[in-house]
Amino acid sequence: MATPARPVAYGKGLRTLSIATVVAMTTSLSLVFFYAPLEAEQGFLQKIFYVHVPLAIIALCGFVLGGLLAIQHLRTRDPRWDMRSYVVIHMSLIFAVGTLISGSIWAKGSWGHWWVWSEPTLVSFLIIFLLYATYQPLRFAIEDPERQSRYASVFAITAGAFVPLNFIAVRLSTAYLHPRVLGSTSNLPGPMALTFLVSLLALSLLFATLCKYELTAKHTRAQLRALRRRLAGESTGAPTRSRSAAPSLHHTTAPARATSGSAL
Amino acid sequence: MIVATVLGEVPALPLHTAGKYVAGAYIVLFALVLIYVAIMAIRLSRIERDLGELLSELDQRQEPAPK
Repeated sequence: MATPARPVAYGKGLRTLSIATVVAMTTSLSLVFFYAPLEAEQGFLQKIFYVHVPLAIIALCGFVLGGLLAIQHLRTRDPRWDMRSYVVIHMSLIFAVGTLISGSIWAKGSWGHWWVWSEPTLVSFLIIFLLYATYQPLRFAIEDPERQSRYASVFAITAGAFVPLNFIAVRLSTAYLHPRVLGSTSNLPGPMALTFLVSLLALSLLFATLCKYELTAKHTRAQLRALRRRLAGESTGAPTRSRSAAPSLHHTTAPARATSGSAL
Repeated sequence: MIVATVLGEVPALPLHTAGKYVAGAYIVLFALVLIYVAIMAIRLSRIERDLGELLSELDQRQEPAPK
């Protein structure tokens, strides 16, 4: 008789995390609008900094985290790591959209243009965004769930390594072009630095909460499908599934290490 | 210093002009979260419906067959 898989409770701690996120977001917004002083040069417009920069940091860190989770997937062949990697990258893409839109709004207010092609930081972020925009189509293009998860993991690792390299390269080459507000936190007045850190924490909590919601929802749906199959008397054999970009939690019955050298 | 040099070239916008940009940026964030919550609500209702179907199927199976 097959040993039942260890149950995973993705929903555990979701309520606490959600409450912490709401409290942190409320605190962050209060600090932004009622505590942080107006910046001398940009005035009220600089308030966008407290949402734009944390969104960008979290999106980039999320892409790197997606790569690390993908490494874990390739090491263990456990589909749950693939699911985590997929969800983190998916959420980072949403945060990247927020970064691009809020950045464009800030650019319009500051520079009078929605987008400045001569600004390497903007263009490099767009390149990273477009790179990750191909992640879902890549997954969708591969029908076999095993191959899909392996190819997606390799993509996530490669692209995840590209993110810090790209960041460092742009930073080294454009040290005097883009305002380095983050690189000079010591230049920020205390209230501004505190507000920024609280905003970063609040948006990080939002990211974690949304990832947890997504994981819980996907896991619940997978369990529901498994239950439906069991009721239909299909307890054995691989489940049939329609083509999807989302990972399947059932294409391997138990975590197993690679038995051959064919990582791909 | 670099920040001051770069930003010094750009005059600060008055509050009534800057306000709409700041509001726009924050509305974008909340719109994204709101859209996500709406999608999650749709998914949740679908899961609830599927669960209801499974429960009713289970009830039908457990009902004794008529003689």
